[in-house]
Amino acid sequence: MQAKKRYLTLFSAGACLILLFCFGGIQVPLSRKGPSRRDDRSLAGYHPGARWRRFSASLQPFSPWEHDQSDSHNEHISPRQKRDANSGVYTGKRCRMESCFDFSLCQRNGFKVYVYPQQKGEKMSESYQNILSSIEGSMLYTPDPGQACLFVLSLDTLDRDQLSPQYVHNLKAKVQSLHLWNGGKNHIIFNLYSGTWPDYTEDLGFDIGLAMLAKASISTENFRPNFDVSIPLFSKDHPRTGGERGYLKHNTIPPYRKYMLVFKGKRYLTGIGSDTRNALYHVHNSEDVVLLTTCKHGKDWQKHKDARCDKDNAEYDKYDYREMLYNSTFCLVPRGRRLGSFRFLEALQAACVPVMLSNGWELPFSEIIDWNTAAVIGDERLLLQIPSTVRSIHQDKILSLRHQTQFLWEAYFNSVEKIVLTTLEIIQDRVVQHTSRSNLMWNSLPGGLFTLPQYSTYLGDFPFYYAKLGVKPYTKFTAIVHVVSPLVSQSQPVMKLLVVVAKSQYCAQVIVVWNCDKPLPAKHRWPVTSVPVIVIEGESKVISSRFLPYETIPTDAVLSLDEDTVLSTTEVDFAFTVWQSFPDRIVGYPARSHFWDSNKERWGYTSKWTNEYSMVLTGAAIYHKYYHYLYTTYLPASLKTMVDQMSNCEDILMNFLVSSVSKLPPIKVTQKKQYKETMMGQSSRASRWADPDHFAQRQTCMNKFASWFGTMPLVHSQMRLDPVLFKDQVSILRKKYRDIERL
Amino acid sequence: MYASGKYSSRGPALIPRMKTKHRIYYITLFSVVLLGLIATGMFQFWPHSIESAADWTLDKRSVHDAPLVRLPVSSPIPERGDLSCRMHTCFDVYRCGYNPKNRIKVYIYPLQKFVDELGVPISSTGLSREYNDLLSAISDSDFYTDDVTRACLFIPSIDVLNQNSLRIRETAQALTMLPRWDKGMNHLLFNMLPGGPPDYNTALDVPRDRALLAGGGFSTWTYRQGYDVSIPVYSPLSADVELPERQPGPRHYFILSSQTAIHREYRAELERLKEENGEALLLLDKCSNLSQGVASARKRCYKGQVYDYPQILQESSFCVVLRGARLGQAALSDVLQAGCVPVILADSYILPFSEVLDWKRASVVIPEEKLSEMYTILKSIPHRQVEEMQRQARWFWEAYFSSMKAIGLTTLQIINDRIYPYAARTYEQWNNPPVVKWSSVNSPLFLPLIPPRAPGFTAVVLTYDRVESLFRVITEISKVPSLAKLLVVWNNQNKSPPEESLWPKIGVPLKVVRTKENKLSNRFFPYDEIETEAVLAIDDDIIMLTSDELQFGYEVWREFPDRLVGYPGRLHLWDHEMGKWKYESEWTNEVSMVLTGAAFYHKYFNYLYTYKMPGDIKNWVDAHMNCEDIAMNFLVANITGKAPIKVTPRKKFKCPECTAIDGLSLDQTHMVERSECINKFASVFGTMPLKVVEHRADPVLYKDDFPEKLKSFPNIGSL
Repeated sequence: MQAKKRYLTLFSAGACLILLFCFGGIQVPLSRKGPSRRDDRSLAGYHPGARWRRFSASLQPFSPWEHDQSDSHNEHISPRQKRDANSGVYTGKRCRMESCFDFSLCQRNGFKVYVYPQQKGEKMSESYQNILSSIEGSMLYTPDPGQACLFVLSLDTLDRDQLSPQYVHNLKAKVQSLHLWNGGKNHIIFNLYSGTWPDYTEDLGFDIGLAMLAKASISTENFRPNFDVSIPLFSKDHPRTGGERGYLKHNTIPPYRKYMLVFKGKRYLTGIGSDTRNALYHVHNSEDVVLLTTCKHGKDWQKHKDARCDKDNAEYDKYDYREMLYNSTFCLVPRGRRLGSFRFLEALQAACVPVMLSNGWELPFSEIIDWNTAAVIGDERLLLQIPSTVRSIHQDKILSLRHQTQFLWEAYFNSVEKIVLTTLEIIQDRVVQHTSRSNLMWNSLPGGLFTLPQYSTYLGDFPFYYAKLGVKPYTKFTAIVHVVSPLVSQSQPVMKLLVVVAKSQYCAQVIVVWNCDKPLPAKHRWPVTSVPVIVIEGESKVISSRFLPYETIPTDAVLSLDEDTVLSTTEVDFAFTVWQSFPDRIVGYPARSHFWDSNKERWGYTSKWTNEYSMVLTGAAIYHKYYHYLYTTYLPASLKTMVDQMSNCEDILMNFLVSSVSKLPPIKVTQKKQYKETMMGQSSRASRWADPDHFAQRQTCMNKFASWFGTMPLVHSQMRLDPVLFKDQVSILRKKYRDIERL
Repeated sequence: MYASGKYSSRGPALIPRMKTKHRIYYITLFSVVLLGLIATGMFQFWPHSIESAADWTLDKRSVHDAPLVRLPVSSPIPERGDLSCRMHTCFDVYRCGYNPKNRIKVYIYPLQKFVDELGVPISSTGLSREYNDLLSAISDSDFYTDDVTRACLFIPSIDVLNQNSLRIRETAQALTMLPRWDKGMNHLLFNMLPGGPPDYNTALDVPRDRALLAGGGFSTWTYRQGYDVSIPVYSPLSADVELPERQPGPRHYFILSSQTAIHREYRAELERLKEENGEALLLLDKCSNLSQGVASARKRCYKGQVYDYPQILQESSFCVVLRGARLGQAALSDVLQAGCVPVILADSYILPFSEVLDWKRASVVIPEEKLSEMYTILKSIPHRQVEEMQRQARWFWEAYFSSMKAIGLTTLQIINDRIYPYAARTYEQWNNPPVVKWSSVNSPLFLPLIPPRAPGFTAVVLTYDRVESLFRVITEISKVPSLAKLLVVWNNQNKSPPEESLWPKIGVPLKVVRTKENKLSNRFFPYDEIETEAVLAIDDDIIMLTSDELQFGYEVWREFPDRLVGYPGRLHLWDHEMGKWKYESEWTNEVSMVLTGAAFYHKYFNYLYTYKMPGDIKNWVDAHMNCEDIAMNFLVANITGKAPIKVTPRKKFKCPECTAIDGLSLDQTHMVERSECINKFASVFGTMPLKVVEHRADPVLYKDDFPEKLKSFPNIGSL
């Protein structure tokens, strides 16, 4: 009892003391602060805890704006001379577009790329061959050096590791002897590897002069911003075109995979690149953070082996690299000998969010890609914080990081062609600065290679950004009717079609593309409609002219029609309202399907009525005007000529194009029954559907197109969109789209 | 505090009973404590009051009274800035540490006045008004710390905003005098007017070791990408002049040039452009004959006609911002403030905050050499884009240019983003003006991905005690080929679910989850038992859906995995008479919601509903035992910006005899309640996210004249 009381009093006294301390603790320094601050004024002392305080007394502005004479000082130096002087001063490591690039070469013909002819006897790696053929197949290519703005060597500069069998000798002399070399001006040099053991420098071993570098594993130190391009390291098996899709198929919730963070790779016992990897075992917990290294590589690893090697090697062999890659949320991408590694692209494709540990690596295409949206940029110095960092990343963020890895992989990295074209487009954006892509175009679907700024620099002119910007497409469409047969009577289908389409409340304008051999009929022979009808004579009367991006199209939406299409105004109205929900797809009536013919080992085309479809033919379909532009400029001349020569398959090609951009199937909407007959080739007239070759041609087209795209972009759908009350047992008067149900 | 109170109340009762020795001891202790308290109290009030009085006078004179530091002639000079410096080489991250807020701590040195040995100050202006504003703003921000040992970034109070007012060598010496200078590591200097005559360097000439430089007017040759920060040149007009925001749209002039110090070569070129294009261009210059007392900075003239600056900027669509001797021009700030689209002609200039701002959306950059083509280039820009740029320009000014505070905090945020890149602000956060942030969507599930069919879906049946009906539903659903698992959420705490043996035998796993409370939100909980992406939410009385209909619904969901794909469709309408939203379930031609009594959706939305539902909606729904489905529709539409998909024509769900529309009930109160929900949710979301569409999804061959047995989904009921 006594003790208890004593404790109580002791405790209370203690509390009092603490209280005192508290008061004192706060108060004593405070009360000292006054004098000390006064001291500050007299002594040149500084107080470690002093707070910066605002001074409310009137102060002078930092610049005397009223009489700023600074600018007149410079009056005597001509800005033009100053610009010219730059190009003399800023060369070599300080090269920039302003000082080392001749913009005037690009003025006349736009941004065209020339590839030097290949010399006989010059060995060239497969990768470099792929690079050159990608350029030659692109719309930027010119075979005429006089028209070119950018030059690409036919000398293989990819591997500049002297120990490599691919190493090209005497490059210096070979380059100097090129008569268009011009000190390297307007040249771009592709490189994947430079330097060799033990220091792996970034020197290419020859004088690149004023040329730009498109180089893998480039360091920020050597990277000349807005001049060089950092490209990813890719293997010699990287496909030239097409390219594999990302591995992401599921979005499981919660988004965590079996492992949180993985790494499996070499550990270097000597030489550069060893620091980070040597420390990885500190973070390894053999549960969800699995970081494995092996010493077993190179000839004489046993000689240098350290105390950890045997243990590490044993642990290393227990796990499978692929299994970990596919089953981990994050993948560690530490530097190797060089800054970049294959692992980076592998992780990207596997939707394993890369955790970068490679200080000073200028990330691939850093000029245009916002890597924070697809990767975690770590700091080698903070390796031990990495696990807590990745664990702190929120579930939503993981999902979006993961999706972004897939988008970037498919948009810029999955083939040599994409890597090369991205490089060239980045340079083109610098050359024509005022028509270049904004950050959003590069970093959101469908990516910069499908978003051509020459069409428009306004995001709202493309079908992809409506939701991002919170805007809607223009609420009208333009009908484009493709006419191939002469006008003979007022009752022929095209006349009816024009009237019906023009009657739609959403129709802004009708354009007739006159692709008939007969001369244009007189103006009065066309039906009178409430909207303007413009007749355009098809360019050299080829079928592709129906997809030209006519300037006279005032709307975002285009309703593409064949001359023999039978539609009602209601159907047109309904299709257009559906399109407004899916502005990046083809929305229309005649549906077709593709299939893999395993007997013949090729793609097949079917017009049979099936439970699914993958194409909606452009004989009656609505899509965004931008696809006209893409069709005309993005597709290669070879495919368009093939289509024009056959006068067939243009609709299939359009479907390939749109699906390769959107990665989605088209949308079929309800149709009236009689439409089927027309489209099935039952009509009596000599339509192209009656031609027996027609069908065979379309099979051929499918396979030709698939091989150019490098993959089959078409996607199947099992549904069709009907009006909400379609065929419902309710009074027809309640229905908005009645006509669709009437026969 | 509490303990001492206890003591004083009980003290008197305790003391008399103690031994004298103890008593004396305690009394002494007590008095010591008391004395101490009084003493501190005295200290607290007495000197403090004097100090606060001193503070008041101090504020008036403080700048001059800043402690004087004499710089010895021989004091060291820092090295010139190292051009190869990057965050990973010249910045010490260990100082910043790992912290859950991912925010750097910034220390500001107290003001000192540096003089050379003769007593001449190192700067002609000393602390400028702007630098004072800047430092004050930082010290008021969350970045600030007054604990120098915990700081990650140090800001000297030596004002180097304008190089012209500095003695370079002495300023450099002053920097090294800073107690934590340490080769400039983690120090940040703000400079807006770099260089001096005749050649005007584009970065501050003061040697500064490894210090980071936030500079206005960097060129590509002096800017260390990813290390320095390019900042705007602050315009004093930002504070002095209030320009109301104007609606984007065409302006009276097309191009306006208002700078006064334009090189004559460029002025000649502009004159030539004016000759070609006439009225569309307005070329202003200094006024030569202004009466005394008029601020010349606020007037511009053209052929004797006087215009108010910067107001005139609002009358033009595009405004030229040409380089002068320096690349960074304060005019850029004025132009943005006016909502005029800047046309920037300054080769090699690093635009302000270019690390995070997408200038292509707010400006036009033209090489100086192409000045003569300016008109044609600008004419080729679509009108809608010009309007967006005008809006964007104004937004950039408001957010990042308008005050020294904005400039300072933006700079710190950029550095912060580099140190904690995984927590960095996104492109959208930096670049989207509030109006776009409000109306645009940003779903993490944005990839056009059609998930494979194989994993199937998990049916989640919410039930209370309708066992018979529940068993019928289970039996019906179990016939659907893609069903992977059935989860029964047993929401009745008073009654146990039937014994295992009584449940229908089905071919897929059946799990029963018992809930702790009878809440509607239990149906949307992201149960671990749901292992598939696709969830079919279904009420325990929906017995009419056929297996074909359900399987088809799943197939449609695969094509639209980020939407609600459901059977009963509903609509919201604006009631003009009442001035509010109304719920509609009659036979309509439009759909904006699908009820979750039978709907497929992604499990992600369960997660969102449970953890990310805005405001008090979740509790509100649980309290009212209604509208959880409407809330889900709001949530999904809000994050995706997309309408739900109604599948198949079915209208009857509970029994063949029921009326075609059978929600919970059809009576008037129900409709009123549901309307109330819509209005409540719309106000919480701050917008109406629901999208109205006029279509529904049917199988490709639905109602087509085609043999039924060849159709994938023949059994699609008409009602």
